[in-house]
Amino acid sequence: MDSFFQLNPVLQAVIKAVAVICVMFPIAGACSMAERKVCAWIQSRPGPNRAIPPLFRWVPVLGPFLQRIGAFHLMADGLKFLFKEEPVPGQVNKLYFILAPALAMIPALSTITVVPFGAYLDQAGGVVPLMLANVDVGLLAVFAVSSLGIYSIILAGWASNSKFPFLGALRASAQLISYELSLTLSVLPVFLWINAPGTAGTMSLVRTVAFQSQPGFWGGAWFIFIMPLSALIFLVALFAETNRQPFDMPESESDLVGGFHTEYGAFKWALFFVAEYSNMIVGSSVFILLFLGGWNPLPWIPLATLSGWLGLGGHPVVLGAVSVLIFLGKVLAMIFFFMWVRWSVPRFRYDQVMKIGWEKLLPLAIANLIIYAVGIAVIQK
Amino acid sequence: MAIVPIPRKPLSFAERSYLPQIASGLKITLKHLFGPNETLQYPEQRPAIPPGYRGVPTLVRDPNGREKCVSCQLCEFICPPKAIRMTPAEVPPGSGREHVEKGPQTFDIDMLRCIYCGLCEEVCPEEAIFLQNQYSMSGYTRAEMVNHKDRLLELGGTRPDTHFKWDKKKAAEEAADAHH
Repeated sequence: MDSFFQLNPVLQAVIKAVAVICVMFPIAGACSMAERKVCAWIQSRPGPNRAIPPLFRWVPVLGPFLQRIGAFHLMADGLKFLFKEEPVPGQVNKLYFILAPALAMIPALSTITVVPFGAYLDQAGGVVPLMLANVDVGLLAVFAVSSLGIYSIILAGWASNSKFPFLGALRASAQLISYELSLTLSVLPVFLWINAPGTAGTMSLVRTVAFQSQPGFWGGAWFIFIMPLSALIFLVALFAETNRQPFDMPESESDLVGGFHTEYGAFKWALFFVAEYSNMIVGSSVFILLFLGGWNPLPWIPLATLSGWLGLGGHPVVLGAVSVLIFLGKVLAMIFFFMWVRWSVPRFRYDQVMKIGWEKLLPLAIANLIIYAVGIAVIQK
Repeated sequence: MAIVPIPRKPLSFAERSYLPQIASGLKITLKHLFGPNETLQYPEQRPAIPPGYRGVPTLVRDPNGREKCVSCQLCEFICPPKAIRMTPAEVPPGSGREHVEKGPQTFDIDMLRCIYCGLCEEVCPEEAIFLQNQYSMSGYTRAEMVNHKDRLLELGGTRPDTHFKWDKKKAAEEAADAHH
């Protein structure tokens, strides 16, 4: 451990970044299988449960279990995407067509740098967050970078040079811009509450978690209890931002074939998919950090209390791992929720999406902001 | 019939917010998430074939193990897609069924043509051809998809028979009474 900290800081950062991507990329990939399985179970089907390599067939319990949960279908899918022919249709603008999936991945993976995913206690009992870059702009950076993801969709739709992708991209851009407003407005009350007069102003996600880890009834309450409307608006806008059902206008395969990725196949298509899941992971992480107490195990039970119970105060590595596991568990629960909603709620019509975004969600977010601004001003003087 | 105007009640606030509806939908899907599977794991589990199922047409034998087809060619004539082809021939002497006089030398049903209409079964005066439980036919060549006589008899097996028409005829002939 000590030798790691003696390395060049740049090298340390690179190692940490690679480690985070090595966790995030497989989770994003595994989500595609989870999606298929959750969909199947909801529809009273077993889902993909056939593929098994001969070697695993002889492993007694583990082999059939992995076969049942479709683990090898995931690998088969991955291999297929890697090795199948990469079609580039004749009518496309080649450079932008190939650039678009890469552009989708970059913001999807780079937003994770400012998202804290765990914490441990130092010698003095202070909470040290585990994250790649503890910057003060925090959430602002997430919003700024993740909104770049729309460019990849527009680029994909435009470069495909055919009607359905183009329509999908148009819808995507309109939808993402509309819901970004509500998304941003809905989190403002949280930061109004955190940045009380007289304290140093911050948009840091670490501070939001610190605020949800305080002692006392109001201190320990997660923000979802204090600001349920903000959480609801944020959640709805998050569904729209990540292009998930019931807001998956850009894809809407029933009226747009495949939406912006109609012309894509093989690995380029898979990259769009992984980018979508990465966005979901980051979006869920932000929601958890803002409203669900981050790495705190339960409301009113912060991580420090848990470490006191388990006697983990002197083991920062173990405590860090526990906190990451708690956080990861919450993220996976959120992703399950995304999938659960996807297979329960039908897709909105395009005009309904616009109507919800502009006529319902945005006024609600503004009203919510005003009410909380007044309330917080009264409480904090 | 009088026209009954049904009042359209305006949606309540909860209904307009759509959230209770989503919640109840989620509840239903969650129930299915933990509910039983409806899927039949096909190659391992097979569906129960209901009686009267019209599967692959087959030739059957009577309980004494004799072919029932007398090669009257009615099925060949009625077959709408002309899937049935047969060559009638005399029953070879010494087989114990010379009194039947006629039997198929070859009997082919082209399963690429068969439409499983069941007219052959319906038209057969000898109750010799039946559409039975076999539902899955596959092969790598066109030739493989033609069922020959041996295969048809193998698929058909034996069906119970109450008439034993030809046995009665033989018995009557032996009793020198043609008009039994």
